[in-house]
Amino acid sequence: MSTLKAEDFQTRDLTIEGWQVRVTSYRIGDRFSCNVDGVDSGARIARGTGATREEAERSALEKTERRLAATRRFPV
Amino acid sequence: MGEATASAARPIEQRGYAHPEVLVSTEWVAQHAGDAGVRVVEVDVDTSAYEQGHVPGALAWNWTTDLCDTRVRDIVPKDRLEALLGASGIDNDTTIVLYGDNNNWFAAWAFWQLKVYGHRDVRIMDGGRKKWLEEGRALTTDAPAVERKTYGAQPPDLSLRAFLPEVQGMLGRSDAALVDVRSPQEFTGEILSPPGLPETCQRGGHIPGAVNIPWGKACNEDGTFKSADELKALYEAQGVTPDKDVVAYCRIGERSSHSWFALKYLLGYPNVKNYDGSWTEWGNLVGAPVEK
Repeated sequence: MSTLKAEDFQTRDLTIEGWQVRVTSYRIGDRFSCNVDGVDSGARIARGTGATREEAERSALEKTERRLAATRRFPV
Repeated sequence: MGEATASAARPIEQRGYAHPEVLVSTEWVAQHAGDAGVRVVEVDVDTSAYEQGHVPGALAWNWTTDLCDTRVRDIVPKDRLEALLGASGIDNDTTIVLYGDNNNWFAAWAFWQLKVYGHRDVRIMDGGRKKWLEEGRALTTDAPAVERKTYGAQPPDLSLRAFLPEVQGMLGRSDAALVDVRSPQEFTGEILSPPGLPETCQRGGHIPGAVNIPWGKACNEDGTFKSADELKALYEAQGVTPDKDVVAYCRIGERSSHSWFALKYLLGYPNVKNYDGSWTEWGNLVGAPVEK
């Protein structure tokens, strides 16, 4: 059984389409993963993977922007 | 989502839980995942996360196919659960340890269904996948070899599950508490789903009389559950007390499974149900009253 571990964690908060999101990236073996979660909701918005951190983040953030742009706000 | 609190680093047995046996630490899993009679299962929102690397010896269940009826909207039917557990090498005496992403949202969903069908020993790994990864613990991409077992589930325990008529009957009752565990923006109707996720209802707002206690308030920053004292203060401040009939709901029932777990097992409330119809049912119901 090949054993790996998650390494090189980086986390930062961004505001995208008016929503605060937490961007977390890390490496498992030779692949990077990036998760984007809503800070208030705690929900996973998007995930990306890639050979580099930049590639993983780009993939996740593109999906995040698209999905958040489609989120409708109603007057309350 | 979660908050930094004094309880974050306290061992589970020192947090004052009513049923501490249902929660295990990442260290416990590291020590016991390979034990005979223990089966670790990952249940994620992101069903591809398991393939990136998982707890050695863990299997994966897909919440969109394994833990629901794929034909009608319902939890997994009894015969399909029996088949899933048998194929997972689980019999009625197995200790099942669940963990997952998003602070164990769907691990809690699986826990709730296993309790509905009467599995005796099921536990959740405190902090879930996030904590395991952040601690730099061992991961593998290898799926374990599994010896098929025979499983016999109990008839569903409906004292753990609320259906629409029961929730409708709770409106206006002073001896009942409806807990909406969604975000404040969903509760007010500003949005219809967590930002970035699909809308699944026609109307926003909440069930009249419900209080808003977002699921994440039960967690520390590292994803572990807060202490019993902190949880008690959180829920009782909003009138959610153990003498009441309590029903938790969210959008589709997984976040409310997480809060149901905290209320039922960590605080030991005797009458707590998960309304898995949740806002997707109520917010689409013709004529249902809605508060904003």
